[in-house]
Amino acid sequence: MELIEEKLDEHHLDQREVVDVVVRFAGDSGDGMQLTGANFTLATALYGNDLSTFPDFPAEIRAPVGATFGVSAFQIYFGSDDIVTAGDAIDVLVAMNPAALTTNLSNVTDGGLIIADRGAFTTKNLAKAGYAVNPLDDGSLAEFRVLDIDISAQVLAAVESFGLGHKASLRCKNMWTLGLIMWLFDRDRAAIVRNLQTKFANKPEIAGANIAALNAGHAFGETAELPTGIHVYRVPRASSEPGLYRNITGTQALAWGLLAGIELAGIDMLFASYPITPASNLLHELTARKDFRVSTFQAEDEIAAVCTAIGASFAGSLGVTSSAGPGIALKSEGMSLAISTELPLIVIDTQRGGPSTGLPTKTEQSDLNMALFGRHGDTPVPVIAPATPPECFDIAQEAVRIAIRYMTPVMLLSDGYLANAAERWRIPRIDDLEPLPVEYARDSADFSPARRDPETLARVWARPGTPGLEHRIGGIESNYDSGDISYDPANHQKMTEMRVGKVAGIVKDIPLQEVDLGEDSGKLAVVGWGSTYGAIHQGVKRARLEGHAVSHIHVRYLNPLPGNLGELLGRFDSILVPEMNTGQFARLLRAEYLLDVEILSKVSGQPFKIGEILAAIHAKCREIEAVQ
Amino acid sequence: MNQPNLTLKDFASDQEVRWCPGCGDYAILKTVQKLLPALDRPRENQVFVSGIGCSSRFPYYMNTYGFHTIHGRAPAVATGVKLANPELDVWVITGDGDGFSIGGNHMIHTLRRNLNLQILVFNNEIYGLTKGQYSPTSRIGTLSPSSPAGSIDPPLSPCAVAFGAGGSFIARSIDTHAKHLTEVIGAGHAHKGTAFIEILQNCPIYNDGIFEPVKDRQTAPDFRVEVEHGKPVLFGKNNEKAIRLDRDSLTLEVVPADADGVLVHDETNPALAQLLAAMRGPDFPIAIGVLHRRQQPSFDEQFSRRKGESRAGNLGALLLSGNTWAVS
Repeated sequence: MELIEEKLDEHHLDQREVVDVVVRFAGDSGDGMQLTGANFTLATALYGNDLSTFPDFPAEIRAPVGATFGVSAFQIYFGSDDIVTAGDAIDVLVAMNPAALTTNLSNVTDGGLIIADRGAFTTKNLAKAGYAVNPLDDGSLAEFRVLDIDISAQVLAAVESFGLGHKASLRCKNMWTLGLIMWLFDRDRAAIVRNLQTKFANKPEIAGANIAALNAGHAFGETAELPTGIHVYRVPRASSEPGLYRNITGTQALAWGLLAGIELAGIDMLFASYPITPASNLLHELTARKDFRVSTFQAEDEIAAVCTAIGASFAGSLGVTSSAGPGIALKSEGMSLAISTELPLIVIDTQRGGPSTGLPTKTEQSDLNMALFGRHGDTPVPVIAPATPPECFDIAQEAVRIAIRYMTPVMLLSDGYLANAAERWRIPRIDDLEPLPVEYARDSADFSPARRDPETLARVWARPGTPGLEHRIGGIESNYDSGDISYDPANHQKMTEMRVGKVAGIVKDIPLQEVDLGEDSGKLAVVGWGSTYGAIHQGVKRARLEGHAVSHIHVRYLNPLPGNLGELLGRFDSILVPEMNTGQFARLLRAEYLLDVEILSKVSGQPFKIGEILAAIHAKCREIEAVQ
Repeated sequence: MNQPNLTLKDFASDQEVRWCPGCGDYAILKTVQKLLPALDRPRENQVFVSGIGCSSRFPYYMNTYGFHTIHGRAPAVATGVKLANPELDVWVITGDGDGFSIGGNHMIHTLRRNLNLQILVFNNEIYGLTKGQYSPTSRIGTLSPSSPAGSIDPPLSPCAVAFGAGGSFIARSIDTHAKHLTEVIGAGHAHKGTAFIEILQNCPIYNDGIFEPVKDRQTAPDFRVEVEHGKPVLFGKNNEKAIRLDRDSLTLEVVPADADGVLVHDETNPALAQLLAAMRGPDFPIAIGVLHRRQQPSFDEQFSRRKGESRAGNLGALLLSGNTWAVS
């Protein structure tokens, strides 16, 4: 199905009270836009809005100043209800230079507000962004509300007393801009002031200048004569389930979920990884958790990382490794070894745009085929995927549970969007989490490394260091009963079938597929997996409000698929699968269930927009009606 | 915990040994099986990890814990074993192809980190299990199915690579020289850090006799020198020849044993050790023994210390760290 976008019917900034707003901070990669966004997110969370954020940064660390390819952006969508995407159209664009304006303008909604730093719209910067004339002066922005301020000049004046010098003073531009946005949405600055004081505890003059800039930006909003229609907007607080809340990114939730998993299992974890975008943050997050039962190891390469994790699992810890597509490809031989030797292992793939180096900082879901099928030999492996940043916490525990209960590698598919996006999370009570008991072999009487649980088919976990259990394992096919090397044809057949059966049998141990939104039968089901959850959820929700009979089904278990999935999908006349690849999951569903599944593909490195899902639902509904 | 009265038999597994008749691996296996009881360490704490190749079948024949992994990756798997449980004695069994071609990177980095384990490299200068192709240690001109006109790429020296990677224990021995091999492996086991031991090993099928001058009783005195820390580097049937450092050119030379300034082996001096390790026939004898040994903190020791004993992390507190807010 063709990917088209419908503009959502919203004119946010026409009212004093708005239900939801998208703000995008964009500037040079050195402008501090990510920090600005993170601080605004915090203030917004504390205010009580529901929210979702999406940092969108370039692969270059410090691209040339003013370059379009160096634009770093942070988008936040916040409002009073059910915010599960980072938003479609931008209501407020902060453009710190011409490059930030030109790369984001097409996404600004009609009547949207553009805050531009006139001081950065120099002849040189305009030329770099491809502007022959200054768009702030030529009337080309007439359909928007434009607030053009010489932020640089304002900041220099505001922080003059701190004597930082020109360059260091200008670094406070982002805080000045943040102050203005805080005024615009009536946010409290106290938490940010505390953050700045902590961050620059050793440099009080830097902290002071940043706080002064923040306050000056806020004061500017209060006192300056702003163009008509620019005023303080009120975004009502979200009504939510009672409880304690925080913001959490997918990476954080994944790391904490792994920690919860090993805590519940009562075992140690060795996390072995090699730096790669966008997966490295998981290594950093876990490395900071020394007082938990986790050790982290930066290996010399991706292969060493997976092999070190496998070695740790052999020795009785839980080996975990993590990477993005190119690195996962390198780990495939190691994963086959873990499948053959039946050792627990978790492999986390934070997917990014491929093939090859592809788009390292952009999101995609194109490693599904690799996760399911990308190894030599018949090597089934359980594959699971969280749908939202908070859900990473639960799915990580599920990966631990399956890996140790079934003595198998488990692949967990995250992606660049999930990893970096943040959402509100109701913090669970640790006491409510299910223990995941681990039993190591101890009894040497009749011990065999091939002994397996008749129910799960899991092989026994016998740790080196245990007297009387000395044994050898390896990648050569082993005898079903003794575990010794075996080249026997019938035994290989039996072992292959056992490996397939073991993973297939996990279906008895995972939840049945539920319908996320809508009825469990009908004309159209929109079926997704992974980080497309938010856009599909909102698209389906809006279509249903319009009266369309459409349901949303979101699959977390990709292998084995939930036992009732085929039967459930069979109850719908049409099935549409939006995914950020060219139809890998759709083809899996076709192959598994012989169902006619339509593909909605997006591979631009950006997440789906609600309007794109909605347009596809409308097109599909028209098609269904035409047939009837 | 000690297990009294363990013998060679206790370390032999019930698996039929399947190397070719006459393979040097048999001798190495016997030597290790014989040495282990003498090390006075619990059998259950011994873990043999290997890659792929003839030598890598070794763990199957040891009645200890063993892991026959994938080609070239044994050091990486062994790293995981050691980091997960530093109490274990971890042995890496590899060959010239496994350790220095496909697995060269892991070899370098394991040595660099100085992880406390033993690496035994069975160097037969040929690929055996894949039926006789030339290997990264094969001499120029080696005739093989993949080099019918003779190999053209110069070989690397495993010990030289180990020096380059910063190895803290570098030794060489010979498959059938049981007494010497026992001493060298024993010293390697006692070393805290990566003990790198190159074992010259004969492949009777694809590269037979390649080390014959070094092994043959008649020729060995002239073609090998057993170095010992603090002792002059002498060789020949009657120890009539010696090695001396030419201080102008910083190269070694062969001189009569009674010449002035005969080199005395100092295993703590890596520069001299590298010169000894690089000696090649026919002009020089091949040096065997502990070429280099120095004390240096091991990776696993520092890893454990960095990690600390604390497991006091409170998950509930972690989840509540940073900014939270209550909704009632």
